[in-house]
Amino acid sequence: MSADVLDSGEGRPVPAGDALLQVRDLQVEFRTRDGVAKAVNGVSLDVHAGRTLAVLGESGSGKSVTAQAVMGILDSPPGFVTGGQVLFEGTDLLQLSSRQMQRFRGERIAMVFQDALSALNPVYSVGFQIAEMFRVHLGTSRREGMAKALELMERVRIPAAKERLKNYPHQFSGGMRQRIMIAIALALDPQVLIADEPTTALDVTVQAQIMALLADLQRESGMGLILITHDLGVVADVADDIVVMYAGKVVERAPVHDIYADPAHPYTEGLLASIPRVDRKGQDLAAIKGLPPNLTRLPSGCPFHPRCPYRRDDPCTTEEPPLYEVSSERGSACHFWDEVVGGDHRAKW
Amino acid sequence: MPDPSSPLPGPGQGGADKPVHIAAMAHGETATGPSGADTVGKPRSLWSDAWHDLRRRPVFLLASALIAFLVVVAIAPGLFTGSDPTFCDLSRSNQTPSASAPFGYNKQGCDIYARVLYGARPSIAVGILVSLGAVLVGGTIGALAGFYGGVVDSVLSRFADVFFAIPLLLGGIVFLSVFPDRNLWTVVAALVVLGWPQLTRIMRGAVISVRDADFVTAARALGASNRRILLRHILPNALAPVIVIATINLGIYIVVEATLSFLGIGLPPTTVSWGGDISSAQSSLRTAPHVLMFPAAALSLTVLSFIMLGDAVRDALDPRLR
Amino acid sequence: MGRYVLRRLLQMIPVFIGATLLIFLMVRALPGDPVAGLFGERAADPAVVAQLREEYGLDEPLWKQYLLYMQGILTLDFGQTFSGREVTDVLAQAFPVTVRLALVAFAFEIVIGIAVGLVAGLRRGTVFDGTVLAATLVVISIPIFVIGFVMQFIVGIKLGILSPTVSAQAPWKDLLLPGVVLGSLSVAYVMRLTRTAVAENLRADYVRTATAKGLPRQRVVTVHLLRNSLIPVVTFLGYDLGALMGGAIVTERIFNVPGVGFTIVRAIGLRESVTVVSFVTILVIVYLLANLIVDLLYAVLDPRIRYA
Repeated sequence: MSADVLDSGEGRPVPAGDALLQVRDLQVEFRTRDGVAKAVNGVSLDVHAGRTLAVLGESGSGKSVTAQAVMGILDSPPGFVTGGQVLFEGTDLLQLSSRQMQRFRGERIAMVFQDALSALNPVYSVGFQIAEMFRVHLGTSRREGMAKALELMERVRIPAAKERLKNYPHQFSGGMRQRIMIAIALALDPQVLIADEPTTALDVTVQAQIMALLADLQRESGMGLILITHDLGVVADVADDIVVMYAGKVVERAPVHDIYADPAHPYTEGLLASIPRVDRKGQDLAAIKGLPPNLTRLPSGCPFHPRCPYRRDDPCTTEEPPLYEVSSERGSACHFWDEVVGGDHRAKW
Repeated sequence: MPDPSSPLPGPGQGGADKPVHIAAMAHGETATGPSGADTVGKPRSLWSDAWHDLRRRPVFLLASALIAFLVVVAIAPGLFTGSDPTFCDLSRSNQTPSASAPFGYNKQGCDIYARVLYGARPSIAVGILVSLGAVLVGGTIGALAGFYGGVVDSVLSRFADVFFAIPLLLGGIVFLSVFPDRNLWTVVAALVVLGWPQLTRIMRGAVISVRDADFVTAARALGASNRRILLRHILPNALAPVIVIATINLGIYIVVEATLSFLGIGLPPTTVSWGGDISSAQSSLRTAPHVLMFPAAALSLTVLSFIMLGDAVRDALDPRLR
Repeated sequence: MGRYVLRRLLQMIPVFIGATLLIFLMVRALPGDPVAGLFGERAADPAVVAQLREEYGLDEPLWKQYLLYMQGILTLDFGQTFSGREVTDVLAQAFPVTVRLALVAFAFEIVIGIAVGLVAGLRRGTVFDGTVLAATLVVISIPIFVIGFVMQFIVGIKLGILSPTVSAQAPWKDLLLPGVVLGSLSVAYVMRLTRTAVAENLRADYVRTATAKGLPRQRVVTVHLLRNSLIPVVTFLGYDLGALMGGAIVTERIFNVPGVGFTIVRAIGLRESVTVVSFVTILVIVYLLANLIVDLLYAVLDPRIRYA
């Protein structure tokens, strides 16, 4: 670990090794008419300056809810944070008042959402919405705010930015809108950026452009990036570390190459095995059997056991697996991780 | 708008469902498949869904009970009172409620209780008839305009706009002021003529949103004729907002009729009506408020019931509000 | 934007023609002799009838009569009342009063309706919200004339705070009570509409984005939420003007406001159809213009319409 100090871009030096953001044992539940759903069940993760953490999982795994809880923008009711800590440079964000948290948002932590068309306000120009960051947080004048908005639009590579400042969100293409959202998020040079499925709604070539843009911007500013996605392909290019979530828990965490080369959890293995590959033409597609669990009625023991080919009745159906330490950098929440690691990753699928 | 192609729950193992659909799941219903062999199966599941929801809502139950009661009163007021509403004895003028006359007597000495009961019929009749008429006329025109689009739509929409440009009450006043004799049917006709455009707009909007749905395209690809598509596929789905508005409007039509009677150009004074009674009660408001209060309360309660019913039905049919 | 305006203006023309035609037909082509209507309750002298028929062109074919009527509208010559006054004079005197009354009602429904609706929408599901919903429902169910009577009785007579009737000059003070009564129905609708729009938009993605941007709650609500929520309310307001005109007739009658509605009611009683027809025509024109303005306002509020 280098003793160098990274400049996070705001004159606030951060030791390279320490995490900017540490989530510890986060618990979030949703109280619905049909019962209490444990959407996030003891999630822990770290985000470091200059590094990208990918949070991988399918719908309902709790990844977006985790992000929303970190930002403090959970829909409450029906969502409630019932435990854990979110430590940002030592401060527990969950203990802050909403006023105090509001100062963090946008300035220190920012978020980019999936569908830019609905995430941007349709009745205000994009220039207005970007400039708003400066006007509200820094008190800049309207004219200066617009000038800075223009700079940002150019920084995220929107062509003919000057003419388009006054345009409205619906007048842009999907990729351009996403860039605008990124511009808004980066306006005040946050230390952490959370991107919640930023490219899911875009087609493949635009996806690549946006991911490249994010990578470049991160390199320039040294911010920590949390990339939430369900797309393994996107992750491979961009991420440094991966956390895989299932049914509200972290089931595996590892540096990116380790996960692809040698997964340590059956779910991760299943995900990788289900990717269609050209060289396996003519063979059946592998898929993980069954459906994700109903969060109001989780299975006993390991939540993945109904679908797991490695499962034994004991202890899989009785004991919830903790995050076993596979190595100093890897963890797996599977009682039989040692069978998964190093094995034939296609055999059981 | 209702989407009949909503995802059905898959073959779950003991309740294994997509967690994100928790709130959207129709109350644990596990109907997995079209409820009938014909193509109207899917739309029906929205209605049965709504029905299940409605059955549990106290507002709906209360409103329905009230309306049922009122309809009974309207059909057979004699069941509830032996008095004759038109028999008036001036010596009893403005008497307050007593054992023999639960609502007291009005200025002419007529039994208010009996008048309130008998007054239910014209009000409710107007409400129902106008609603039916407006839905039939407006709904048909709106469906045609929405379905065929193009020139047909333009012409029909402009036509509706013309009638829409004349506000309901205002137009009713003009319309009825030139009719030499007035009765229930002229009032109904006046309100239908002025009220149908609103339903046209609703129906047209609903048809347009459904017309472009995938299942319609599918039906067309399977060779269904225009008429069949319109009747079997589009209408059942487009009907929901129309019914909601028609129900709510029922209450409003009753109010408008009462207002017209109040102004003296609604139902003739020989008919026992709530509006007329309220109008004649104006002069004795200070000395005998009960003369106005009872018919007014009856009227308001009736209107409230219909509006509550419409509200409840709308909430039940709108998936977003779940 | 310009094209949108032009399109709306052009659309209005056939509607205007159609509406006036409709009014004309309603009055002239229906059973009942318009000349007898001119005489009101009095008996008709055949010679005078014949003369009047000629004067008013009633022997002409219907289409010609319509053109005469249209000519009257466009030149603002509506003929004379029974008492010999020019209808336009009567209109000029009564119209401003009704405008003031309507303004009071409008201000009431906009300010109170939106404010309460906003709070109710922000607090959806709470006791406050439930109360607002129930109260608005009750108000909508009670006919405006009942509300008028009751308010007149309680506020004007029993409590004596405001004058129960309006004097001839109709000062603003006197118009306060009738204005509130007139707007009572509309305020209930505005409250509900605002509440629903706010409650829906509160869950919208762009509100979440605004919060994620670190904007203070107050700004999120007033700048982002409100602007979007007001769009359906604005459209309603245009339609509401028509309802207000009908309601004004009732309100003016109850409170003796010497406005357009009052005049129409009196004219109906006298069977003075020329007054009725011309006043209604004017009101319809006002209504059409108001709707046009609302449509334009809609485009200002929602840029997606502008560039459609």
